[in-house]
Amino acid sequence: MYLYDDFDRTLVAERVADFRDQVARRLSGELTEDEFKPLRLMNGVYLQLHAYMLRTAIPYGTLSSKQLRMLAHVARRYDRGYGHFTTRQNIQYHWIKLEELPDAMADLASVGMHGMQTSGNCVRNITTDQWAGVAPDEIEDPRIWAEVVRQHVTLHPEFSFLPRKFKIAVGTARHDRAALRIHDLALQLHRNGAGETGFEVMVGGGLGRTPFLAKTIKPFLQKRDVLSYVEAVLRTYNQFARRDNIWKARIKILVHDLGAEAFAKEVDAEWQSIKDGALALDPAVVADIAGRFRYPQYQRLDDGPPPLGEARHADRRFDAWMNNSVVNHKMPGYAIVTLSLKPEGGTPGDATAEQMDAVADLADRYSFGEIRVGHEQNLALPHVAQRDLPELWQELHAIGVATPNVGLVSDIIACPGLDYCSLANARSIPIAQEIASRFRNLDLARDLGRLHINISGCINACGHHHVGHIGILGVEKNGEEFYQITLGGKADADAKLGTLIGPAVPYAQVADVVEDIAAAYIELRARPDELFIDTLARAGIEPFRERVYAAR
Amino acid sequence: MPLVKGSRLVEDDYVRVLDEEPVPDGVPVIVPGKRFLADAAELSRREALLGVLWPNDRRVAELEPWLNRLALVALVFPKFRDGRAYSQARLLRERYGFRGELRATGDVLRDQFQFLLRAGFDSFEVKKPADALVFAKAAARYSVFYQPSANGGAPVLRRRLQSGNAPAVRPRETV
Repeated sequence: MYLYDDFDRTLVAERVADFRDQVARRLSGELTEDEFKPLRLMNGVYLQLHAYMLRTAIPYGTLSSKQLRMLAHVARRYDRGYGHFTTRQNIQYHWIKLEELPDAMADLASVGMHGMQTSGNCVRNITTDQWAGVAPDEIEDPRIWAEVVRQHVTLHPEFSFLPRKFKIAVGTARHDRAALRIHDLALQLHRNGAGETGFEVMVGGGLGRTPFLAKTIKPFLQKRDVLSYVEAVLRTYNQFARRDNIWKARIKILVHDLGAEAFAKEVDAEWQSIKDGALALDPAVVADIAGRFRYPQYQRLDDGPPPLGEARHADRRFDAWMNNSVVNHKMPGYAIVTLSLKPEGGTPGDATAEQMDAVADLADRYSFGEIRVGHEQNLALPHVAQRDLPELWQELHAIGVATPNVGLVSDIIACPGLDYCSLANARSIPIAQEIASRFRNLDLARDLGRLHINISGCINACGHHHVGHIGILGVEKNGEEFYQITLGGKADADAKLGTLIGPAVPYAQVADVVEDIAAAYIELRARPDELFIDTLARAGIEPFRERVYAAR
Repeated sequence: MPLVKGSRLVEDDYVRVLDEEPVPDGVPVIVPGKRFLADAAELSRREALLGVLWPNDRRVAELEPWLNRLALVALVFPKFRDGRAYSQARLLRERYGFRGELRATGDVLRDQFQFLLRAGFDSFEVKKPADALVFAKAAARYSVFYQPSANGGAPVLRRRLQSGNAPAVRPRETV
């Protein structure tokens, strides 16, 4: 956990006062909706189909049990008893009243939380690996760097009115669990041949109407230069990106139009004049930030305690959950446990206030009071002693977050879609629910193996459909909901955008199409353990396309 | 348009000259950027103070040779949301060392005041009279900042170390 000090607390409190004043001016008519809009957006407040929506940041996906209880409280007190975890380590409340927003924000501020810069044309919540600090494959804890950058870009005097939103992600592990290449700017830590660590800087990724994967413009940046380099990228973007058309205003378009090399040159020229100035990071400053993170006092335990093996042997369902939802921790005797927010019939990423409270209690009992939120819209308990797993499983099962479908076909990423969102063209949630229901048989889902389905209700791509193994995009045709299907996208270290397989299909046929694709995969795979995405890479999309359109 | 300087409402001493108009003698003037560059040598020989209205889509580096003759640079916010002039302001102050008056013009509203001050602006053509009246209060909304800025003041990252409230435990060194 990162511990706020008086500086951080003062800023968040002042932010609440600021927003309270802005809401009062809006309610009195002193501010027009047009003038209020950029102000509320910079506090994570959208006007949706039915009500205002409040998006709250969960920086780098780390929550304390106290914070999670506050999220439950806000859901209960100001909303309809639930919240929606998003693909960017935020939580959204969809039914908030404008008059009550300042109070909701004050409650969140009491535990160091806020909606600052969770929307609007500014630097958004910085995201990272949800297993930060506990993953065996990481070089160091990415949250330290996410926090250094987060602080620097919060209420930045120069970059609070950018051409468009700007998303930053940080990764420090061998496996990319933060979808780095789909970010406006991503920092990936590497260790070079001399044993030094430094960041690869990638820019210009993003989905939406014109999807691009980020390109590397600096292969190895010294850590001392992280802030000055980020500043140089933002300054270049702020000055030179298009502002005449919001569909062309993201940095990905600027990078594409100029070419990555020319863009990098422009950034480098800017960076040369600031790199040795006030933004050069003093190791003492970084150590100070690092020192504000608290780590659990782990016990000395051994991996694979005998009672765990016995419990797995005794209960097949427990064993299946262990195989699916539990992974190795960097400390022996501990494990990282993913809590699926994708139960059959549920809304992907939704949690009720009761579930949040219960998870907070379980975190206190089993995970040093800490919870994580990942971009796949699931939660995790990051520090569970392996010997506690059988007991914890019973508890998680009781509150409905132990569906062993993590990474499987029913672990669907979906945006809120037309059920909530004023931008959407089509529904996402019922599509996800129908697919999950077709694959409710977990033996079948396990047989299909790792298969990521991502659904967006419009071209803005909040459901990351371009990087789903199967991507589903809702479009509107003559007043009806249709869905385009893409195959072969992925958001890992070897990221790729999916390929459209053919004409869009109507709402009622989407789940059938997914079943056809799954059936084609089972026939085509070379071995039972060849993953869907690997079969696709080997066989190409043609046989899948044929299967889907032969009968339609 | 009310003009705020040093947190107070003041009279504007400058006369705005358009592209085709003659430049009046003996009074401070603000000239459009293109015209200024065309006549820079001649304009800077005038007795009275000289200002330039610089568009937000041209590099301020072009002004560098003339900055020591300019008493004022006015930058433009065509819309509140268009933040290009924040970068121009910081470059003028921090890179090119401009110490004259740096004026924010256009869609200048209350909620930008503190950002503008921190980017280096020191005079403001405020769009709404009501906003101008509460300038001092709006400009003091936030008392802590994470970044160094053009109007001085150490960022939190530094102040923490100086304030002695750095954490006692440092479980991990990272640099």
